[in-house]
Amino acid sequence: MAKGTNKYELRLYIAGNTPKSALALKNLKRYCEEHLKGIYEIEVIDLLVNPQLAEGDQILAIPTLVKKVPEPVRKIIGDLSNEEKVLVGLDLRAAK
Amino acid sequence: MANKSRASVSRSRKLKKCQTGIVGLDEITFGGLPKGRPTLVCGGPGSGKTLLGIEFIVNGARKYDEPGVIMTFEEKGAELEVNVASLGFDLERLQADKKVKIDYVHVDKAEIEETGEYDLSGLFVRLEHAISSVKAKRVVLDTIENLFGGLSNEGILRSEIRRLFQWLKDKGVTTIITGERGTETLTRQGLEEYVSDCVILLEHRVKNQVSTRLLRVIKYRGTVHGTNEYPFLIDKEGISVLPITSLELNYEVSSDKISSGIPTLDEMLGEGDGFFRGSSILVSGTAGTGKTSVAASFANAACLRKERVLFFAFEESPQQIIRNMSSIGMNLQQHIDRKLLRFHSSRPTIHGLEMHLVDIYNKITAFKPQVIIIDPITNLVTIGSVSEVKSMLIRLIDHLQRNQISVLFTALNYSNSNSEQTDEGVSSLVDAWISVRDLESNGERNRGLYIMKSRGMKHSNQVREFIITDQGLELVDVYLGPNGVLIGSAREEQQLQEAAGQEIKTFAGTRREREIQRKKTVLEAKIASLNDEFESVKDELNRTFQEEELRRKVLEQNRDQLTKNRYLNDNAPKSKKRNGKGNQ
Repeated sequence: MAKGTNKYELRLYIAGNTPKSALALKNLKRYCEEHLKGIYEIEVIDLLVNPQLAEGDQILAIPTLVKKVPEPVRKIIGDLSNEEKVLVGLDLRAAK
Repeated sequence: MANKSRASVSRSRKLKKCQTGIVGLDEITFGGLPKGRPTLVCGGPGSGKTLLGIEFIVNGARKYDEPGVIMTFEEKGAELEVNVASLGFDLERLQADKKVKIDYVHVDKAEIEETGEYDLSGLFVRLEHAISSVKAKRVVLDTIENLFGGLSNEGILRSEIRRLFQWLKDKGVTTIITGERGTETLTRQGLEEYVSDCVILLEHRVKNQVSTRLLRVIKYRGTVHGTNEYPFLIDKEGISVLPITSLELNYEVSSDKISSGIPTLDEMLGEGDGFFRGSSILVSGTAGTGKTSVAASFANAACLRKERVLFFAFEESPQQIIRNMSSIGMNLQQHIDRKLLRFHSSRPTIHGLEMHLVDIYNKITAFKPQVIIIDPITNLVTIGSVSEVKSMLIRLIDHLQRNQISVLFTALNYSNSNSEQTDEGVSSLVDAWISVRDLESNGERNRGLYIMKSRGMKHSNQVREFIITDQGLELVDVYLGPNGVLIGSAREEQQLQEAAGQEIKTFAGTRREREIQRKKTVLEAKIASLNDEFESVKDELNRTFQEEELRRKVLEQNRDQLTKNRYLNDNAPKSKKRNGKGNQ
């Protein structure tokens, strides 16, 4: 359920343009268009370009999607192929 | 020495090694950890894995100019800094100097959702970044297994960890990976499968309520290494591993002699100058035989020679020893005041044997004594088995002899039997062994002292009676008489008796002398009177003879006269007259 008043700030961490990263970004965009149209913002961070940013968000796995806003901060790792899990992770759907 | 030459051979021919700078560990591994390769350090909680890793990094940064990265999956960076600051590692400063980089990796399963394929490139990126930011040569991953708690896809994790180790190898950084000990395997997740170059196991064993830390190199591919379990300890200087096998019987010896503080004991040894400098001396005996007094006397003598003495007392407090020794004429307080004597009193159970050993090492390093006293070693058995105590003492004696420090141990014998071994089995290690024994006879206890052995010098084979007097310690020849060995009051009695006998003899002698004198006087008087008698007899005889002569003459004259008268009657009156006148 979209919370219309809240803006979603999402960060996707990738390391180079790998198929997994591309797939993750594609999946993410699809879900956002579907569920968060107009209230989301995706920032893609390539750690090969900015390695120092990995520490701040405690990134280990690639790709990692970090939901900074709204709280609580959640991380979803993987290629985001499982829509159900991603939506749970983004607090768009209650976990079963 | 041999270690170094071996290490250099292996360095040039096969494996390059990276010094850890941890006391003893480099000796066991003959030069350190495999350079540019990962080493697994595993062990239970609190076994010192993290510390070993951090010390490796800190030493690298400080001593070997090899900056390092600590990637911790457990503690927060700040917590880590605080924890190791107590060990004198200033990580904050090293980080500011760009010599160490700490990266704290936090994995919280609660905030992570996994969906689909992923890899750990993020970790690689971070490590890469950390390494390049300080140009690190050393890396510690502490404890990477925590990832298994945070991420659920074990298949990915395993392949990624395998890739990480390979990647670290390719980067040429020397890495320590710590791992928690598993029940069946060395590490819970079987990391030893991936790290095949060097595996070190740390253990923490508690025996008789005293803990001992042990280190063992399980595997070290491509090089020789010590395979034993080596005790190690963590003190305020960090980790010290104490390899027994580093012991080499090869050190300088001195032919210098030092006094035992008991002149009569010195006389029993060699040319009467005492023990060799740098030798180890054992004084053993049952309770109350004066072992501590002998030890204190040795210490006192050393202090009087202006040498420094370190006295480890495991039974008495310094004050007690000082008081007790002042009663036998030794003023130890003056030596303490002049900083020549230092006491360290503690109960043996205060810490494990290894800790004691390192404690002793450290105090020796700090005080630089010429003589140390350990009174008594027996109490150490309360915290370790006989063989452990022996191995500790071997290392201690080795260390001391290498540094030309004389050491005197006392050991308590539990039985009065003349055992060929002390209870600690150290008698074969020491250079000189003095046994003080109770000799019980005539309803009293006396102390007998003899030298069981004294390497490299002649020594008396006689039992001496050992007497503690107000003026100090003394050895007295025992009395060997027809009734056997006499000691104590029996000896004194015998001596008194002898003295009395002498007195009587002297007295008797003078009386006889006087008697003779008197006899002589009497005899001489007799001789004089006999002489007188003889003289008077002689006179008498002479007079009789003269009278006879005279009478004969007179008779002859008379006869002549008569004859004449017969022929010359006329003249007879005249001649008679004349003759008569002439005779008158």
